[in-house]
Amino acid sequence: MPSYVIMEKCDGCKGQDKTACMYICPNDLMVLDKEKMKAFNRAPEMCWECYNCIKICPQQAMDVRAYADFVPMGASVVPLRGSEDIMWTVKFRNGTIKRFKFPIRTTPEGKADPLAGFETGTDDIKSPVLCTEPASTGGKELPTLKK
Amino acid sequence: MANFETVVVDTDLLILGGGMSACGATFEAAYWAKKKGLKVAVVDKAAMDRSGAVAMGLSAINQYIGYQAGDNTLEDYVKYVRQDLMGVSREDLVYDIARHVDSSVHLFEKWGLPIWKDDAGKYVHEGRWQIMLNGESYKVIVAEASKNAMNQAGFTDWLYERVFIVEPLMDGDKCAGAVGFSVRENKFYVFKAKATIATMGGAVHVFRPRSVGEGLGRAWYPPWNAGSTAYFTIRAGAEMTCQEVRFIPVRFKDGYGPVGAWFLLFKSRATNAFGEEYMVERAGELPKWAPYGLAKPIPANLRNWLGMEDVMAGKGPIYMRTEEAIANIAAKYKDDPKAFKRKMKELESEAWEDFLDMTISQSLLWAGMNIQPEEKASEIAAAEPYFIGSHSGASGAWVCGPEDVMPAEYKKQWEPLGVYNHMTTVKGLFSAGDGVGASSHKFSSGSHAEGRIAAKGAIAYILDNNTAPKVDDATINKLKDTILAPMALFEQHSAMSSDPDINPNFCKPKMFMFRLQKIMDEYCGGVSSQFTTNNALLTRGLELLGMLKEDAEKLAASDLHELMRAWENTHRMWIAESHLRHVMFREESRWPGYYFRADFPDMDEANWKCFVNSVWNPKTGEWTMKKVPIVNLPV
Ligand SMILES: Cc1cc2nc3c(=O)[nH]c(=O)nc-3n(C[C@H](O)[C@H](O)[C@H](O)COP(=O)(O)OP(=O)(O)OC[C@H]3O[C@@H](n4cnc5c(N)ncnc54)[C@H](O)[C@@H]3O)c2cc1C
Ligand code: SF4
Ligand code: SF4
Repeated sequence: MPSYVIMEKCDGCKGQDKTACMYICPNDLMVLDKEKMKAFNRAPEMCWECYNCIKICPQQAMDVRAYADFVPMGASVVPLRGSEDIMWTVKFRNGTIKRFKFPIRTTPEGKADPLAGFETGTDDIKSPVLCTEPASTGGKELPTLKK
Repeated sequence: MANFETVVVDTDLLILGGGMSACGATFEAAYWAKKKGLKVAVVDKAAMDRSGAVAMGLSAINQYIGYQAGDNTLEDYVKYVRQDLMGVSREDLVYDIARHVDSSVHLFEKWGLPIWKDDAGKYVHEGRWQIMLNGESYKVIVAEASKNAMNQAGFTDWLYERVFIVEPLMDGDKCAGAVGFSVRENKFYVFKAKATIATMGGAVHVFRPRSVGEGLGRAWYPPWNAGSTAYFTIRAGAEMTCQEVRFIPVRFKDGYGPVGAWFLLFKSRATNAFGEEYMVERAGELPKWAPYGLAKPIPANLRNWLGMEDVMAGKGPIYMRTEEAIANIAAKYKDDPKAFKRKMKELESEAWEDFLDMTISQSLLWAGMNIQPEEKASEIAAAEPYFIGSHSGASGAWVCGPEDVMPAEYKKQWEPLGVYNHMTTVKGLFSAGDGVGASSHKFSSGSHAEGRIAAKGAIAYILDNNTAPKVDDATINKLKDTILAPMALFEQHSAMSSDPDINPNFCKPKMFMFRLQKIMDEYCGGVSSQFTTNNALLTRGLELLGMLKEDAEKLAASDLHELMRAWENTHRMWIAESHLRHVMFREESRWPGYYFRADFPDMDEANWKCFVNSVWNPKTGEWTMKKVPIVNLPV
């Protein structure tokens, strides 16, 4: 059923206007049922299993149950995303468990420096040289075609 | 019906979409707009942090040249794309993107994207042009840099998320912005702009996908890009190119996990049920598609084609021989058990990382099937047709190239309009990424670079054409009524039936989508006809599409989410019609493996080595098709 919400764990993001799962889903699938204060996926068949809602949920109240129309049952893939890396626990249908950890970024969250220390090269709006170029290309000049 | 407030936003530059190209455009625009005292607005139907095709992350950057370090030349890239697209590409655009793409990649790295490096500090390559990364947060990082660029430049209230763009706003023959609605609150949005960049991605679910149950959404291409860019540019009256060149990737079956690392990095073979390798057994087919069939690398569509021929001959399933590939690599370590163990661990982690960073479903499918790649081969299959001009498809708008590289033959078309890099044939309307045709193989990095190019071009245009757009209230009110019509229709009629979805007065978006998919699948060469069609099928398909188009006025929506679905499907319907017309016009089979014209089964270099371009005329509603000569760069 693609992504689903675990009743026991979801707190409706404490009734804020915008729950974390609603905020992030690229396909606008997550909705908060204000009466129950629980979120749900309104169209599981339009879910890409991108896991963005699962990664962002502050209560770890979301998971994926693989598409029932072609995936044999019993497996799970669970992420735990920190500020520098992500930990994955892959559980096979036969019970085998594998764990993987991968880095996600090399700078502190929120700190991407736009011009990244590259010199800006031109003030000419008509030139093909973009704002951080030629420095960011790794060379001294932006190439053009010898006609 | 609930009252919808009309929100008018006045800006100079309008960027539609929040994906890779929109992030590139926003980043570049922040710099130039600040310098020139201009305003910028960015509109995304989702949250920029995780929107578009890179929302889940990626495990490779597919375009990196390394030209300044002498790894490859720009000319080599132009030749590579020419070869992969069977000779049909805008080489000036390809060259331009290639000379800027390394700049974007170097920025990504500094922004915090973990790109793999070897001991000598060079990027680790998957293939000649592809580099490996830990890209779980690729989109988060790229979006963050664009937001920081705008915020640090002092812009405020510039980002509109969860606003779905429906239609272009026109001031005569000029694009004057866009209209859409919020999917969160009852607000109708009017964005008035001096220049607009349409970068709302490609399209999926135009054709019936292989899974139609719960797995309907698990296409290779993300279900949230519904052809909005093509719709927008077509409806503005822009000339489109290569709309026939859809993309069908071969991927791990059902989960659509990437195969690139397996083929390129692990050197895996693909074999049929009898252990035969179609790339070897069917090599005799390749001369038929000369010169492209005989040159290396063999174009993606021809590789597909050889595999499809095996499937059609009843020799499936086709397997990726992961177990063999891993055994081959491990064989090198057979005398050193410790090194062997280390290598196996490393390979296992790389193999799973490839899925976990970009197609998590595939990991779930492997785990559900107890597949461990070192033990067992895995099925691969051709997916369904998608429109993704930035990848190995080529559909999109026909745009102006860079002044210093664009051949004179192309340039003359823009001289009366203004020569601004990446402007479409409509004044003030620009595009990038999946929105621009005939410039494939830009991928995530090239789309970012292209967004930057388009932003600079658009700002140059604004400085030369700095007049506020004129759009009267009557036009806006009419657009508002049209866009909200599906909700009005639902409200008017829903009480008549006890089932909110079944009603003789309207059609709900989901069934409308299935109807479109069935037409495209059965008449325009989808999965069920093994991607084969002919003129008679296409003619019948067009007839059925005509009736669907009439019924689009009966689309009904019970809430804002469904209103978005209604318009997404109208967008899909338009890209479908444009695709079908192009397939019909091109009387040859040039990209077998993407689609096959049974009535013209051969490639016809003498008559069809050209672009097919089309224009839909907003005034008359007529389509014009034409052939445009290809001008090769001197490379
Ligand atoms: C499955 C898959 C795997 C890929 N793998 C790789 C890879 O390994 N390496 C690589 O380099 N590239 C890869 N690519 C290619 C890369 O993702 C694309 O080239 C790139 O994302 C294209 O950028 P874009 O800006 O055109 O579209 P996208 O990045 O898809 O952005 C589209 C944007 O438009 C918004 N939008 C859509 N419709 C509307 C609307 N109506 N109103 C408002 N906003 C709208 C979306 O929310 C999104 O923000 C892959 C693509 C796919 C689909
Ligand atoms: S993010 Fe988690 S806790 Fe918050 S509403 Fe969604 S499922 Fe519930
Ligand atoms: S997995 Fe992705 S598509 Fe599915 S509900 Fe979560 S965020 Fe949306």
